[in-house]
Order: sequence, then structure tokens, then C-alpha cells
Amino acid sequence: MKQRTLKLIGAGGAVSLLALSAAHADDPVSLTIVSWGGAYTQSQIRAYHEPWMELNPHVTIINDDGSANALAGLRAQAQAGNVTWDLVDMLPSDAQLACDEGIIMPIDHDAVLAAAPDGTPPTEDFLPGSLGECFIPQIVYSTVLAFRPDAFPDDNQPTSIADLFDVENFPGRRALQDRPGTNLEWALYADGVDPDDIYDVLSTPEGVDRAFAKLDTIKDHIVFWTEGAQAPQLLADGEVVMATGYNGRMFDAIEVEGMAADIIWDGQVVEWDGWVVPADGPNIDAVMEYLYFATDTQRLADQASFISYGPARASSAELVGEHADLGIDMNEHMPTAPENYFAPIVLDNDFWVDYGDELRERFANWMLQ
Amino acid sequence: MAQADAGVAPLSMGRPRKEKLVTADGMPLKRALQRAERRRKLAAFLLVAPLLAFLLTVFIFPIGQMMWRSVDNPQVVNALPRTLEALRGWDGQELPEEPVFAALHADFMADADRPRREQAIGPLGIRLNYEVSAARGAISRTARNVASFEAPYREAFLDEHRLWGDPNLWRIIQREGRPLTMSYYVAALDREFDEDGRIVQRDENRRIYVNLFGRTLALSVGITLLCFLLGFPIAYWMSVLPMRYANLLMICVLLPFWTSLLVRTTAWIVLLQQQGVINTLLVQLGIIADENRLSMIYNMTGTIIAMTHILLPFMVLPLYSVMRTIPPSYMRAAKSLGATPFTAFRRVYFPQTLPGIGAGAVLVFIISIGYYITPALVGGQSGRMISNEIARHMQQSLNWGLAAALGTMLLVGVLILYWAYNRLVGADSLKFN
Amino acid sequence: MGANGAESGFVRFDRVQKSYDGETLVVKDLNLDIARGEFMTMLGPSGSGKTTCLMMLAGFETATFGDILLGGRPINNIPPHKRGIGMVFQNYALFPHMTVGENLSFPLEVRGMGKADREAKVKRALDMVQMGAFSGRRPAQLSGGQQQRIALARALVFEPDLVLMDEPLGALDKNLRERMQYEIKHIHNNLGVTVVYVTHDQTEALTMSDKVAVFDDGKIQQLAPPDDLYERPENAFVAAFIGENNTLRGTVTRIEGDACTVKLDGKAGEVVALRVNVEGEGAKTTLSLRPERVHIAPENGRFPNTFDGRVEELIYLGDHIRVRVSLAGNDEFIVKVPNSTSGRRISVGETLRLGWAKEDCRALDPS
Repeated sequence: MKQRTLKLIGAGGAVSLLALSAAHADDPVSLTIVSWGGAYTQSQIRAYHEPWMELNPHVTIINDDGSANALAGLRAQAQAGNVTWDLVDMLPSDAQLACDEGIIMPIDHDAVLAAAPDGTPPTEDFLPGSLGECFIPQIVYSTVLAFRPDAFPDDNQPTSIADLFDVENFPGRRALQDRPGTNLEWALYADGVDPDDIYDVLSTPEGVDRAFAKLDTIKDHIVFWTEGAQAPQLLADGEVVMATGYNGRMFDAIEVEGMAADIIWDGQVVEWDGWVVPADGPNIDAVMEYLYFATDTQRLADQASFISYGPARASSAELVGEHADLGIDMNEHMPTAPENYFAPIVLDNDFWVDYGDELRERFANWMLQ
Repeated sequence: MAQADAGVAPLSMGRPRKEKLVTADGMPLKRALQRAERRRKLAAFLLVAPLLAFLLTVFIFPIGQMMWRSVDNPQVVNALPRTLEALRGWDGQELPEEPVFAALHADFMADADRPRREQAIGPLGIRLNYEVSAARGAISRTARNVASFEAPYREAFLDEHRLWGDPNLWRIIQREGRPLTMSYYVAALDREFDEDGRIVQRDENRRIYVNLFGRTLALSVGITLLCFLLGFPIAYWMSVLPMRYANLLMICVLLPFWTSLLVRTTAWIVLLQQQGVINTLLVQLGIIADENRLSMIYNMTGTIIAMTHILLPFMVLPLYSVMRTIPPSYMRAAKSLGATPFTAFRRVYFPQTLPGIGAGAVLVFIISIGYYITPALVGGQSGRMISNEIARHMQQSLNWGLAAALGTMLLVGVLILYWAYNRLVGADSLKFN
Repeated sequence: MGANGAESGFVRFDRVQKSYDGETLVVKDLNLDIARGEFMTMLGPSGSGKTTCLMMLAGFETATFGDILLGGRPINNIPPHKRGIGMVFQNYALFPHMTVGENLSFPLEVRGMGKADREAKVKRALDMVQMGAFSGRRPAQLSGGQQQRIALARALVFEPDLVLMDEPLGALDKNLRERMQYEIKHIHNNLGVTVVYVTHDQTEALTMSDKVAVFDDGKIQQLAPPDDLYERPENAFVAAFIGENNTLRGTVTRIEGDACTVKLDGKAGEVVALRVNVEGEGAKTTLSLRPERVHIAPENGRFPNTFDGRVEELIYLGDHIRVRVSLAGNDEFIVKVPNSTSGRRISVGETLRLGWAKEDCRALDPS
């Protein structure tokens, strides 16, 4: 039933959608939106939620910081037949799993999302490869390497991912995330594999062995982190000399908290993050209205004023301005800025959905050895 | 003798019939008693009913459900009924013939016509991916294009994805084409099925769970022991102190209960890390060299320190409550009988604290065996426990079947250990009566 | 000191003082000799210092000042387990995790005795208290009286010269208590062991002891054999504490030899009493008179002291009748009347003529 409504809306396009929203504009609606919490949720509140609630006084938005366990939550709600979440912020690989399970809705992007100001349809405006069957991208973020300049002599500062694996020239402990993703890609990249070929190599048993062999060379120097906040903390405390981490967290620690660290953009592992709509959610119509607004060109550009993640739309890039509180030009801190985007590795979600279980087991085994 | 030939009811013959006891209003006494008893039993049941209902809903039912999930295997049966029918009689060696692929095509087509929530192909891909990597990709790609397939289907499927030409995938479909499976338990024991369907060990570099179970057990035993060594003197001291000092000390022991996980974790990090308070102090005192700072966090040491800290009250409280009830006269009696203070402690005091030690050890052990947040935050790679893997499969990989199998094994393991403890130490014999 | 010292002072407290807080003394300048084989009871109300003395003797408390000697040797610095003193505790302190046999075997084991010897001694000790069949039981499976016997056997099994008992019968009911009193006394007689017994029950003390030390306020008020204690109390506390006692207060007006004349308070008359513990003429005094020594309607001139009393209450007690009389301003004055057939009937409200001898009325310290 809702499936059909959605198609109808899609066929009617944006105009009729707005008309529809006008039809029951007065019914109070409260939307539960699940996201990652912290600075990230704050940026969404300021860029999306507050403007939307101002335009639509009948809408109340409730924030739920449950994204870390969203997959489990979505499945539990679907199986209990009691879906309480309206909109969930999650990673595309998780979105693909949820989509295969049928617990989130497939999205006809051109039908339900706003076109760019120049009329480019969403499927062409969103960055290539970012759209998923059930997934609406919001931001580009990347996992980067950061280091403490004071840990190395001035004439020998690390500059590349290869330096992460070079404990002779750059001694000291390194903090890596306790999962295979990013780490295996970097091991191959540092071992000389071209970024475009990384997943082809990683699909073969020999490639996997090669990646682990490279990781073995620094194993005794690794501190593993689990939560995103741990990486900059370890750097700030001087526990490690290098740490991998999300570029937004690193930006916050360096620019806002004043941590003495530099980011290496070489080999940044680029990934998306975005919205999914739970199937059988309580307020599908209201959510679709909100999504149309919150993913348009201006709103995505606005979010970059609050956090250093890049907008997922090409048309938003030129609208990115200064940080709302710090007054820093955010363009140079975007993962997608040309000077940063010189050797990106785009995380292949299909690869990780298919091979993730096996590689995670292997990685866990490797960590235990 | 007389009773032997009395027939049907020899026992009732012992007393003449007219003597049957009745209440004042003529009701048989037995029935009156039963009625009174029934009311009492009903009242007793009503008193425990809320707790019973609570336990059933939040404890028994979820555990039952978890155990059910560890063997529940509906995905293949739901998605591929025709294919499974056609696969019957396949010898498992060569790639199946055209009829099987035609049935597969029919299953895919039938699935596309179902309402989305009832579609079974997506879950099938996720399920098969647990057994063979890339199966999900093969199935979802096939599902997108299957409408355009034309006979002969075998070629069409093989063209779409190489996995359809892998007899191993078909063996898995055939094997998992049953509503119940043991494959989650097989995986949880670091084992897999080989080509002939035998259960064999996995490649060495993919074995994790058995090792983790062992480590979890060792860590829990170690933490329990440490809690005992640290908790016993504290509990003893508290039990001999006047009440108000004992209460003060008790507050110190309970403090970790009242601080949030975040505060505690931060405190440990500040204390234990290489640039932390303890290391800096040791360096400044010249006990260790600056370049040899100790690693006390993000490894097994971190897990042990942090968990001992949290779980210490669970050891101290039962010990204290037992020690408080041991009158000082026992020690005095032992001494007056000629025992040295040490012998008196060992032979008389210590055995009487055994119920407290037993209760505390069982509590600490069982809680620590299921801990996962603290190990994840301060345990690094070597301080992780099996629960971290269970949590990961619950929350991230969404492989609830495997999580359930691991959880069930943990539960059964704990029950076996408790049973063994009961047999060896004898929880009952500790009550002294 | 040798054998002859042990005869008179097997256990000796020599100017012993004890303070817990450094401000008040719970035991004040205690001097006490206990002969070998003697059954000595420390009797007193709670808080009188008797238990503290026992604990100092056992070694669980240390004397703040003074010496405690055992067999002539000072034992102040000997830890309890080396003193070789048997002890029976108030709540028996039988080890709950051991069987009866193991409890008895314990003191022998820690002395390194061989298994066969131990078993023989344990059996003998259990037979002595008629508990031979209970060797395999746990203490919790025994009744209070049985536990008490085991505690006694355990304190005696290693054949100590001295056994201390800290209110051992306090938790038993009356009948059992009386039976145990005789048994303990019997065992004491048979074994010839020295016993120091602490109790607050005067009947117990009088029944069992060779000598009783009456404690009050950290001091021994009187040390005497039981009959002396009852018949000849030396001060008002002992008189009041041991047995039933009528008290009259007054001032000494004249002293003649061992007699003194006392003018009762409230102008209630004059009494001639035995001078026991009065400072001199003009001093305040407490007169103590046992109820059974008061005679009803005596012949004229038989007693120096005769008073009229009004009967307030009669209590029938089988072998005798307690008559409460209001006499010389004291309406708690008790007279015991033997229940004999020749006795006259007494009724409430009637006035009785009462008299007593000088020797039975002891003039003691004021209280």
C-alpha cells in the first residue's frame, strides 16, 4: 500500500508532493530520526532539522543516537512488527544488507529527491557510485591518517600511507581501527598496488595474503581503536605518533580543540553516509517531504558549515562556505577538495558486503595471534 | 493378612467406615482440608505470578528464542522450493543439469511477484554469503537481470555470475535446504563442511572462536582470582571494623558502581596509558626508563585491571556479608585450643568463608565471562573476549544465527561449569547443615 | 615459686588494671588467688569487669597494668594458643564446618598427636559427657544441651590444668541448666581440674562454686565460699545481689562491741544490729535482713527488734508464702512464712508483729 503511494508520489513529481504536503499541513507529526550523535547530529540539526521545523511548525523531530546499532535495531523492529523509526542515518554497506533483507524501502531517487538548481536530475547530480538501491547519500567522509609533527624531526615528516608501514624511518606506535576495512586497502596501497586495482587484488586469496603480510610488518606497533572518538584522543595523549581516523573527528580535534596534528590526505579511503527509510515506518509521507528538503543542493552545502564532511552532490560543492562558528574556509578541509582528492581509495561497499564476513574472521584471527 | 483378601481398598478397611471424619457442618474433613489448602496455594501462586510472568517474558522467552535462532534456517527453503525439489537426487559432484537451473529461474521469477516484505531472495543472498563469500553479490545481480533470461537457463545463469558454476555453492544450497541447520554451531567451533560433507577444521588463519572462548575463560578465571585476592583482605578488614568505618570503606568499594562507564574509562586511560599517571610516576622515580614505559591499557592487562576494578564489589559484598556473621569467638576458641593464629585462620576461619568465596567467585566469573563494553574500550586486540564477537555479530554483521550459536555455547558452558562447581565444591554442603 | 606457690596461688591476679579507652578503668586494682583444683566463680552484673578478667586470663585481652600469673609464671606476654587453657564460650563456638569428632580432635591435632591417640582421647571425652554416639554429627544437628556438652568435652579433651567458662549455660532453658550445673560440678570433682567460671546467675554461682568472687564496678566486692556470701555479706551490694534481702536505712547512734544501734530514717524507730561495715557513730548505714530470718509474733523479749507491719500482699509459693509488709516506712519488706499445717492464716490488711535477732541484721555500708 505504502509502496504504491510512494510510486504515485514519484510519478507526480515534486510539485504534487508539495501539494500533498499542503493538504495535511496541520496534522502534528513527530519524526524519529536516528543518527550518529555528537557533532554529526548537531550539524544535521542545524542544517536540516531546524530549518525544516521552522518551515513546518506542525513537525517535531526527535533525535535518536542509535546509528551505531541501526542494523540490529531495524531488524528487531521489523521482526517485532513495530517500526518506530522514521529515518535512519547509516553506512551504505549496512544499507545494502538492510535492503536485501527488505526491512528498508527502495528509493526511486529521481522521483523523490530534488533536482539540482540547474535541473540536473539527482541520479546525475549525486557523486558517481554513491546512490544505493535503498540509500540516499548525504555526505562524503574519509578515513585519513593523522600524525603528531612533534614526534618526528622537521626534515623527516611522514607524508604518505607508505610511511604508516615504515616503522624504521617513522618509529612509534600507530592507532588503527579494529576492522579489516581501510586497513587491508592501505596495506595493498602501501605495497604498491594502484588504488583502482585494490579490490581486484583483494578478491583473490593471494591478494589477501599479501595485505596481511604487509600488516604483519607493523603489527607490534599497533594500538587498535574501536570508537571514533578514541583515535584523536590517542594522538592527543601522545599514546601513538600516528592514528587513522575519520576526517571530521580529526578536523574537530585539530581546528576546534587545538590538537597538534597534521592530516595526510594520501590514500584517503572515501565512503558515503546517508539516509535510509525503514519499511512500514509510522510517517512515510512526512518523511519523504522532509527528505526532499534535507537532501537538496543548498541543505547539503549548509551541513559543511558545521562539520568537515563533503556534500554528496556535485552541485553543492560550489556553495560550501565558511565554518559557521570558526569562520574557517571549509573548502580546503573537504575530502573532496581537489588538493585533498589526489589519490583517493573509494570504499567498495559491494566488495565488503560480499567478502566482509570472511575477511573479518581472518582479521580477527590475525589480531588474536 | 485380613487386608490381603479385603479387595479393592485394603487400606481404608483399617478403619470402620462410620468413623470417617467430618467437619462441624458435615463436610468430609479431607475435602475441607483440600479446599483450605487450595486457597492457600492459589494465594501463594498469585504472589509469585508477577515475577513468574516477568521472568518468562524477559528471560525464559528471549533465551528460548535465542536458542531457536541458532538452528533456525528458513531462508533457502523459503526462496528456492522448486530448486530444492529438482536438486533431490543430485549426487553433489558435477554441476546440476538444466532442470535444476530452470527451477532456479522459476523460483527467482516467483519471488519477484511477491510483495516486497515477503521476498525471500534478499535474505537468501545474505544467508548463503555466510557460507561462501560473494554469494550475496551473485544472487542480487542475478535477481536484477533474471527477467531477461531465456532457456537454456544453465548458460544464462553461468554467464551472469561465475559462482553458479561452482558445485560448492550447489552443495551448500542442498545442505542448507532444510528448515533446521547446525552450520552456525559448526562455524562457532571454527569448523566447516568439506566437499564430502564432513566437518573439518577451518583454515588456520580463519579460526577465532575456540581461541576466544579459551581466552575468555582464562581471563575470567584470572579476574575472579584477582578479585578474590584483593577482595578477601578488604572484606575481612571491613568485617572487624566498627560499623561506621566499615560503611565508609564499603562506599569506597562500591564507588565504581556509581560512576558512569565513560568516567571510569577516562580515569583508567589517564592512569594507565603510556603517558599516563602511573607510567610517568614510575619514570620520575627512576623505576623504569622513559623508553620502557609499561603497556597497561589497550591490551589484556587493561582488560584485567578494568574488569577487576568493576567486579571487585561482587566479590567483596558476599564475602563481607558472610564474614560479618562469623563470631570472633571461633578464632578465640581455636586459639584457646592451641592453634597458632595462622592455623586458626586456615582451619577455622577460612573454611567458614567458603560460602562467601563461592558466591563471590561464581558471580564475578559469570559476569566477567559475558562482559564486552569494557574489553572493547580498554582491551585492545589481546584483551577481547567472546562477547565482543557476539556483540559484533548482533549489531554489525547481523549474523544473528552465529551470534545465537556463540551465545548458546557460552550459556551452556557456564551452566556446565556451574554444575561442575556444584559437584566439586558442593554449593549445598557449604551451608553447614 | 614451686609447688607450694602453686598450691595457694595457681592462678594469681596481682594489682591488675584494665582500661579500653585510657579514660576509665573497667578493672580496678584486682588481686585474686585461685588454688589448684578450685572451682572459682566470678559473679556480677553485666559490665562489672568479670568477663574482662576472664579474657585477660585467656589471653584475648592484655592487662593495662599488673601481672597475671599461672602456676607462678607471669603470662602477660604469652599468646593465648601457648597458655594451654581450656575454654568454654557463651555460644559454645563449636566449629560449624567440622563434625563433633573433628571439633574434639582439633586441639589434639594442632598439638601434633597421632591418630590413634587422638581417637582414644576423643572417645573418652565424648563418653565423659555421654555423647559417644554423636561423633559424626555436625554441631547444627545437635540441641543446645548437646552442643554445650560437646563444648565442655572439647575444652577438656587436651587435659588442660585450667578451664575457663564464660556463661556457658546462659542459652539453656531452666531445667537443662540445672542438670548441666550438676554435671559440670561432677566432672570438676572427678577430674580435679581448676575451673574459673563466669556468670551473672547467683544460683548457678552458689550451687557450683568452691569460692565466689562478686564483681561490681571493676572491683571484687567479696570473695568467699557460697554460704559465707549468703550468710555474711560484707557490704550492701553483695547483700542485695546475693539472694533476697530486706533493706532498711538509718544512722548509727551507738556502738557497743559488735552491736550497734541504728536510728531508722523517717523516725521509724531504732534497730539493734550486728556491726559489720560501719565507720563509727553518726555514720549512715544500710541494714540487711534476710526474709526467712524475720519471725512473726515472737514472744516478748526474745528479740531486741520488734516492729508492727501491715500486710500488703500475699504470694503463695507452695513450700512457703511470701508476705509483703509495710514496715518502718518500707513497703517492700518481705517475710517468708513456711507453709506448715500449724501456721496461722494471714490475711491482707491485718497488722503483724515482727521481730528479728541482732545477729541476723547486718549493718553495712550506706548504699
